[in-house]
Amino acid sequence: MQTYLHSVTLRPEKCKGCTDCIKRCPTEAIRVRNGKATIINERCIDCGMCIRVCRHHAKRAVTDPLSQIRKYKYKIALPAPTLYAQFKELQDVNFILTLLRKIGFDSVYEVAKAAGRVTEMSKSLFQSLNKRPVISSACPAIVRLIQIRFPSLIENLLPIMSPMEVAARISKQQAKALGYKEEEIGVFFISPCPAKATDVRNPLGIEKSYVDGVISIRDLYLELLCYVKEVSPETIENLQKSTYDGIQWAMSGGEGKALGIDKYIAVDGIENVIRVLEQVENGTLGDVDFIEALACIGGCLGGPLTVENSFIAKSRLQRLKKHEQKHKQFINSLRDWDLSFSIQWSKAVDSKPVLTLDKDMQKAMEKMEKLDKIYSTLPGIDCGSCGAPTCRALAEDIVRGQAHIEDCVFMLRRRVIEMAQSMVQLSKKLSFPTMGQIKKENEQ
Amino acid sequence: MNLHYHVDGDAFIAAGEASSQVKKVLKQLGIAPHTIRKIAISMYEAEMNMVLHANGGDIHVEITPHKICITLKDEGPGIPDLELAMQEGYSTASQEIRELGFGAGMGLPNMKKYSDELSIRSEVGKGTEVEIIAWLP
Ligand SMILES: Nc1ncnc2c1ncn2[C@@H]1O[C@H](COP(=O)(O)OP(=O)(O)O)[C@@H](O)[C@H]1O
Ligand code: SF4
Ligand code: SF4
Ligand SMILES: [Mg+2]
Repeated sequence: MQTYLHSVTLRPEKCKGCTDCIKRCPTEAIRVRNGKATIINERCIDCGMCIRVCRHHAKRAVTDPLSQIRKYKYKIALPAPTLYAQFKELQDVNFILTLLRKIGFDSVYEVAKAAGRVTEMSKSLFQSLNKRPVISSACPAIVRLIQIRFPSLIENLLPIMSPMEVAARISKQQAKALGYKEEEIGVFFISPCPAKATDVRNPLGIEKSYVDGVISIRDLYLELLCYVKEVSPETIENLQKSTYDGIQWAMSGGEGKALGIDKYIAVDGIENVIRVLEQVENGTLGDVDFIEALACIGGCLGGPLTVENSFIAKSRLQRLKKHEQKHKQFINSLRDWDLSFSIQWSKAVDSKPVLTLDKDMQKAMEKMEKLDKIYSTLPGIDCGSCGAPTCRALAEDIVRGQAHIEDCVFMLRRRVIEMAQSMVQLSKKLSFPTMGQIKKENEQ
Repeated sequence: MNLHYHVDGDAFIAAGEASSQVKKVLKQLGIAPHTIRKIAISMYEAEMNMVLHANGGDIHVEITPHKICITLKDEGPGIPDLELAMQEGYSTASQEIRELGFGAGMGLPNMKKYSDELSIRSEVGKGTEVEIIAWLP
C-alpha cells in the first residue's frame, strides 16, 4: 500500500496518555500504547476531531509556514471563504483580499469564486446521475470516512473536483498567460482544516493536485492582523470576484442552497454524518435527493484550524448577503473564463477495507469467532484504560496480534489473583515437607 | 460462523441495533460493499417489523463462505394474509407509528427486492419466521 502522508500528527512530548482522544475518533484510529497515543495511519481521515478534544495540545495539523511562498517567483493565494469570517473588521471582502496582497501574495484567486463555478457544473452533473441520494464530495474527511466505513456509498458521491482544485487550476493558467513558467508559480490554499492539507498531498478522484502548499488560517491570521492598520478605505484594492452563492459554501447548508435542489439535507458534525450515512445504507433515509455532509459542526466555519467561533463567523458571513446585488456583476466574469479542463473526477475513488480482519474470508471468519470469544470475557465497560477505544476494539487488536489480553486492567487483576492463588496452593503443597525436613535437620 | 441477537419489543430506540452490528461484522469479514448494502436494507426492515408488529424476537445469522442466512423469529400475532402483506403500500401500522415515519408498507416488498431468497412462514396467533438469504459470489 502506498504510504500515506497525514496532516494530523502527534507530538509525543506533549501527550500524557490520558485516552481522551481515542473514543472520539470516528474510525477508531487512535491507540494509547506505552503511555503515548499513536495514530494508525491507514485509518486516519484527518477530520481533526482529536485536535479538538486533546487538552494537552498534543495533536496538531502539519501545514506549510508562510515563508514557503518565498520559494516561488509568482505567489498566488487561494483563500477559503472561511478566512473572511475570522475578521471582526469584515465589511467588504476586498479588505481581506488586500491584506493577502500586503502580506506578499502577487495575486489572489478566491475559492468562493471557483465554488460558484463548481455549483454551476454540479447542477448539470446532478441531473445526469441516476443515484439518489447524491452525497456531496466537498469535505475530504467525509469522502475518506465513506471509503473506510461506508464503501457501498462511494457510488453516491458527487464525482466533481473541489472548488480549491478548480481555483488552483484556473489561477495557474492565468499566471502562465502572464508569462510565468510552471515552476515559478506557487499556489497556496489558505485552509480551515487538516483534511484539505491531506487532500492536496493525497488527492481523491484526480491524478494530482495543482496546489503547491497549504497554510492554516490560524497561522496566517496573526500575520494578517499586523497589516490591518495599514489598510484604509483608500488603499483597499478592488479584487473581489466571488458571489454570495460561492461564499456561503463555508457554512453548513451553503452548497445545498446554492445548488437549488429541493429535497436536500445539510448535515454537519462527523457524528451526525455517520448517523445519516447509516440510514442511507439501511435505505431508511426517506425522500432525499442530495446530502451535503460536512465533518465540522457549522461546516468549514467550524474547521479545526480556524480562530473565530463558528457562530460569530456565520453571522459575519451572512451579513455579506446584503451585497448580493453588487456581487451579481461577478457572475458574468465567472463565465468569462471558460474552463479548458473537465472538473469531473478522472479517477475512481476506491474503498479502503482497513477494517477487514483478513483478506481471506475463511481466515477472517476464524478471527471473528476468536474476537467474539475474547470479547465475551472482557468486562464490556469500554473504560479505555487498555488504550483501545472500546472492549471490542481491544478484542480486535488482540486478534490482529497488536495487543494482549493482559492490556485490560481487569483481566490483568484477575490473572494476578489467579497466580497468587496458585502460588498459595503451591506453597501449601511444598512448604510442609520441606520445612519439616529443615526442622528435622536443625533438630539434629 | 453464527451470530445471535435478542430484540426487545419495547426498546424502540434501540431498534435497528442488530442490523447495525451485523453490518459491522460483514465489513470486518470483507464482504463486498454491494452485498452488505442489500443485506443491510432487508435485515433492517425485517428487524423493524419484528419490533413494530410482533413485540420483538430473536435473530440468528449464519455466515459461510457461500451464503449469509438471516433468520428472524417472533412470537407475535402472525400475518393472516401474506400475499396481501407483500403488496407495496399495504400496512396495518397505527397512526402513532406512521407519525414516527414508519408504516409506509414498503418493508416486505423491499425485503423481497434486496434479498436473493426470502421465505416467510407465519401462523396467526403463533408468530412469524422470516428467512433472508444472500448468496456470496
Ligand atoms: N413480523 C411480523 N409480525 C406480524 N405482522 C407483520 C410482521 N411483519 C409484517 N407484518 C404485517 O405486514 C404488513 C406489511 O409489512 P411492511 O411491508 O413491512 O410494512 P409496514 O411495516 O410499513 O407496515 C405490516 O403492516 C404488518 O401488518
Ligand atoms: S484526525 Fe480524525 S481520524 Fe485522524 S486520528 Fe484524529 S480523530 Fe481519528
Ligand atoms: S467541514 Fe470543511 S473544514 Fe471541516 S474537515 Fe470538512 S472541509 Fe475541512
Ligand atoms: Mg415494515
